[in-house]
Amino acid sequence: MRPALRRIWGMMYRHLALYRRSWPRLLELAYWPTLQMCIWGFTASFFAGRMANAGTPGAGAVTLGMLLGAVLLWEVALRSQMGVAISFLEEIWSRNLGHVFVSPLRPWELVAALIAMSVIRMLAGVLPAVLLAWVLYAYNLFALGLPLIVLAVNLMVMGWWVSLGVVSLILRHGAGAEALAWSVLFGLTPFAAVFYPVSVLPPYLQPVALALPAAHVFEGMRALLAGSAFPWFSLTAATGLNLLWLAAAGLLFARQFRAARVRGALMSIGE
Amino acid sequence: MDAITVEALSKRYGDTLAVNDISFAVAPGRTIGLLGGNGAGKTTTIAMLLGLLIPSSGRITVLGHDMATDRFAALARMNFSSPYVALPHRISVFENLMVYCHLYDVRDAKGRIAELASQLDLHELLARPAGDLSAGQKTRVALAKSLINRPDVLLLDEPTASLDPDTGDMVRAWLERYRAESGCAILLASHNMAEVERLCDEVLMLKRGRIVDRGSPADLLARYGRDTLEAVFLDIARNTGAAA
Repeated sequence: MRPALRRIWGMMYRHLALYRRSWPRLLELAYWPTLQMCIWGFTASFFAGRMANAGTPGAGAVTLGMLLGAVLLWEVALRSQMGVAISFLEEIWSRNLGHVFVSPLRPWELVAALIAMSVIRMLAGVLPAVLLAWVLYAYNLFALGLPLIVLAVNLMVMGWWVSLGVVSLILRHGAGAEALAWSVLFGLTPFAAVFYPVSVLPPYLQPVALALPAAHVFEGMRALLAGSAFPWFSLTAATGLNLLWLAAAGLLFARQFRAARVRGALMSIGE
Repeated sequence: MDAITVEALSKRYGDTLAVNDISFAVAPGRTIGLLGGNGAGKTTTIAMLLGLLIPSSGRITVLGHDMATDRFAALARMNFSSPYVALPHRISVFENLMVYCHLYDVRDAKGRIAELASQLDLHELLARPAGDLSAGQKTRVALAKSLINRPDVLLLDEPTASLDPDTGDMVRAWLERYRAESGCAILLASHNMAEVERLCDEVLMLKRGRIVDRGSPADLLARYGRDTLEAVFLDIARNTGAAA
């Protein structure tokens, strides 16, 4: 194995060893996605039933699909973001950063390992919820077909650049900024057009939504569920925005990492 | 060629000059001790040598690599131990050492861990979570981690802290043997004066970020007319004594 790949695997091995020894950590990965899916699934079922009684059964099924699809795909973004940020926080909590950063591990290799762990954490968290949605509501997310990959990858990338921003803030402000690891993407939910179209937002908020890749992803998802053709425009916009935001977050991380080396913060970041 | 070369190194935090224009070199196979009270600049100096901290001015070269521009090439052949930097405490000692085998690209990782476990008497600890160990056991594990890549440059901050006298003596003897066999250059920061006297070829006395005196332990004892390095240390710290 090439040294760079081996160093990335070394950091992943450290986290995988942690999960192997801690079933509560494993359980926690799937707990919130499953809980969210159940709450929204029952709510959507209730509304679908009301619509059926009102004589519009087809609309009820589409509503159920849109809500469950939105919940499950938004969890992809949330778990991807938390996967990076919490894996970084694990190093701070164990006061291990001093050893990690004096090893030959490059900062980009650390980021690559955090991203790889976030993919594993996301799959471990979201796949059980997807399976349960199929069992409870006969809702099959995979029925979206190949476009599902484009939607999910865009949401994962959004989670990564948001978490790179969070890690940068932790490097700048220390562990005091760790609450952002859990809260920052929830705060963006109203603007991400997860459960409703961008047009529902007040006009002055719509530019904020359109600057977020998630808004385009969910517009695309709703178009697909409504039976439209592949939403090229929405998904191209989402991909382009993700590349821009990822580059900006990467620059911010590199700048804050260097600033932390100037201030000596890497030695005392856990305190 | 010296293993470590430090030229006119300074570090400033706002109005505070933590390290003030220090220069020294460490040749392969030699051990240099950093001695000084709290706030003297020992930790700051070590952090700059490791690339954790960017100097305000000056130059550091380790194994021929400029730490400002080429630090990763040097870091692969260096290592570090400090009781103040922990290893992940929820995973086992073996898993911890395996992580660092991967990070340092150590060949035959299991063989290297078994070798270190024999030399540092870690066999019974390998399966235990690092967080369950006593302070002395953690210090031994940290030492094993610092030797995992057979470093050519070793930076040790209080390497025998929390060890009982018997284990401390064993570790010192082991460090002496490792240095003799490998030609490793060691920079040692310690408050254990007997340890410094035993291990170090040269001692740098730091005070308020400056090197205020330097020499072999025997030279310093003779210059200050003292019997122990501790007495020399106190003379320097309190501005008393013959050479102060």
